[in-house]
Amino acid sequence: MLGLNNKDTKFLIIVILLTLSTPFVMQPFSESSAMAQFNGGYPDLMQRVAIFGIFAIGFNILFGLTGYLSFGHAAFLGVGSYSAVWMFKLLSMNIIPGIILAVIMSGLFALMIGYISLRRSGIYFSILTLAFAQMSYNLAYSVLTPITNGETGLQIRPNDLRILDGEGSSTYTNLFGLQMSSSAKWEVWGHLFTFNVGFYVCAFIAICSFYLSLRIFRSPFGLMLRAVKSNQNRMSYTGLNPRPYTLAAFVISGMYAGLAGGLLASMDPLAGAERMQWTVGGEVVVMTILGGAGTLLGPVLGAGAIKYLENIFSKINENVLHGWFDFLPDGLENLLVWVFARFTGDGWHLTLGLLFMMVVIFLPGGLMEGAERIRNRFGSKGDIDETGASTTKPAE
Amino acid sequence: MDQIILQLLNGLDKGSAYALIALGLTLIFGTLGVVNFAHGALFMIGAFCSVTLQKILMISQITIDESKTDFLGNALKVKTPYVEVWFGEATGQAIIDWSVPLAILFAIPIMLFIGWAMERGLIKHFYNRPHADQILVTFGLAIVLQEVIKQFYGANPIPTPAPDVFKGSFDFGTMLGFEANKIIYPFWRIVYFVFSVIIISGVFSFLRFTTFGMVVRAGMVDRETVGLLGINIDKRFTIMFGVAAAVAGLAGVMYTPINSPNYHMGMDFLVLSFVVVVVGGMGSLPGAILAGFMLGILESFASMNEIKSILPGIDQIIIYLVAIIILLTRPRGLMGKKGVMED
Repeated sequence: MLGLNNKDTKFLIIVILLTLSTPFVMQPFSESSAMAQFNGGYPDLMQRVAIFGIFAIGFNILFGLTGYLSFGHAAFLGVGSYSAVWMFKLLSMNIIPGIILAVIMSGLFALMIGYISLRRSGIYFSILTLAFAQMSYNLAYSVLTPITNGETGLQIRPNDLRILDGEGSSTYTNLFGLQMSSSAKWEVWGHLFTFNVGFYVCAFIAICSFYLSLRIFRSPFGLMLRAVKSNQNRMSYTGLNPRPYTLAAFVISGMYAGLAGGLLASMDPLAGAERMQWTVGGEVVVMTILGGAGTLLGPVLGAGAIKYLENIFSKINENVLHGWFDFLPDGLENLLVWVFARFTGDGWHLTLGLLFMMVVIFLPGGLMEGAERIRNRFGSKGDIDETGASTTKPAE
Repeated sequence: MDQIILQLLNGLDKGSAYALIALGLTLIFGTLGVVNFAHGALFMIGAFCSVTLQKILMISQITIDESKTDFLGNALKVKTPYVEVWFGEATGQAIIDWSVPLAILFAIPIMLFIGWAMERGLIKHFYNRPHADQILVTFGLAIVLQEVIKQFYGANPIPTPAPDVFKGSFDFGTMLGFEANKIIYPFWRIVYFVFSVIIISGVFSFLRFTTFGMVVRAGMVDRETVGLLGINIDKRFTIMFGVAAAVAGLAGVMYTPINSPNYHMGMDFLVLSFVVVVVGGMGSLPGAILAGFMLGILESFASMNEIKSILPGIDQIIIYLVAIIILLTRPRGLMGKKGVMED
């Protein structure tokens, strides 16, 4: 089906089912119960998971397949956001033109940056992309203020032009009249399930991007990219020029990042320069590594895990902790609360950093490798999954 | 002319910081072949060493002074730092006043220890792993260190003043025969520049004139052969990692009066110092120093109003622009050696 073999079709269907059932899966505890804080924070959080999933899938096409570690993908996310918001301002609040322009603009940007950066490889490539991202961030903050609105960020105003919508039209992003923030609600057994339009738009696009990356992974082109990773010299000795392939991978992953940026702007029509900061680019690296670079599902898992944990950990404050350890003697309670408070709430980034280090040290293949190991341990001798973890090696 | 000299001087202090951090980075890369993304965090920890010392010195004894009362008629509580109690008021105040320079002594053992622990505890296990893994794990470490500091010191910058003697600025222009009030330069920046020159020449002479340094240099050229000669090169490289950490830390200690330290200053400097290392040439110590000062001075020239009016925004991007141009025209950087991190 769709040019996939049986196993991949099954895989894709599972992914689709998982995505569509998110409102149920992420809302396992009813709103009033004590466990409600472990709910996934649908729909805002799930939108973000889908969007960052797209971002990470795209990043994985570059890093996972070719081994080029880019720290500058945040620049494309920012370019995507800015172009989408400009489209909302000038043309229409319909998200389609905005997203299309976001993808095109970030693709052009990626072509330009990639053409220059890909002349070098390894650590030099990482630093070149870092320099470009930081450069765009600084420019967006200073000289390009007429386009980017500097520190305030680009916002939608009621008196914007919006040629297609006409004057006095609504300032909410929509898809042919269907507002992104609106949702259908369904109450059953005391559970309230929400079906949010924005989430389903993101999910649909995420599934499409996932399908596309699946096709790229299985295509001869994907094989070429793997060849770049395993041995570039040998590849050029066989008479193949690796540059066009890596450049194509770079542009594709840049377009994915732009798509993610456009979607971010569609869900919340605001674009700020902080989206271009290199730490955002670092975040997508963290997601991809955590899930498993070079695997299909890994980046999505990584994005989901990080956004979900972020949501939960930053909600836990000292009061919640005091509630948990209430049954202990006072001194012990205070001690435990103090220790846990370092890692939750504001300390979430500390947990993230530690988690990331653990993964890099003990599980270089990320969560996917962990799953693989567990499966091998318990000895089900199924056929070896091609999507399994592969080691990450830089381009040499 | 006076404008040019002023910008040259302004560039020196930033350039010194870049050069010191880049020197440490290059030392680590040249000896151990590790790309250390946590080096900015070491710079930040150094800065917080000086904050910590200041806090320790300010620990006060609270006494109740019966002779004075506040407006409610209660006896007034008087805080006297312990140093003043122990060493007498004048000496005590001088010690507190000089807390930043004193922090150098405080920071050296701490930074050496942190460097040693980092190398033995973490980086040692990454020698045989790809560069990408080294970048990633040190990047993770940088996040962790930064967040730990944030947990203990909060997110706001903490002012740490220079000693009273070095506060304020002086008229540098009159010394060179310009009109008065043309070139005003803060004292502390001169101190910082001199300090960095001392550190840099210290590191260089350590490498050049001591037996230890000779062995390290030999190890940088050919690690295996040095090992075969029966020298424990790993141990020396570990010590060099500690030295590199101490250099970064000292750069941080002395930088605190220029910019109040906050938890993300390391990340801010990290990107720039990487650019500096690459421009100077991976693994080349003189290259790192040269590129550090060059980029610092270029940055301050680019922020002149005359230049900004021709090329708006150039001050924001000049360093990156130079780095991109140099990487594309001279892939090895200004003074990079053949065979180090070649494609």
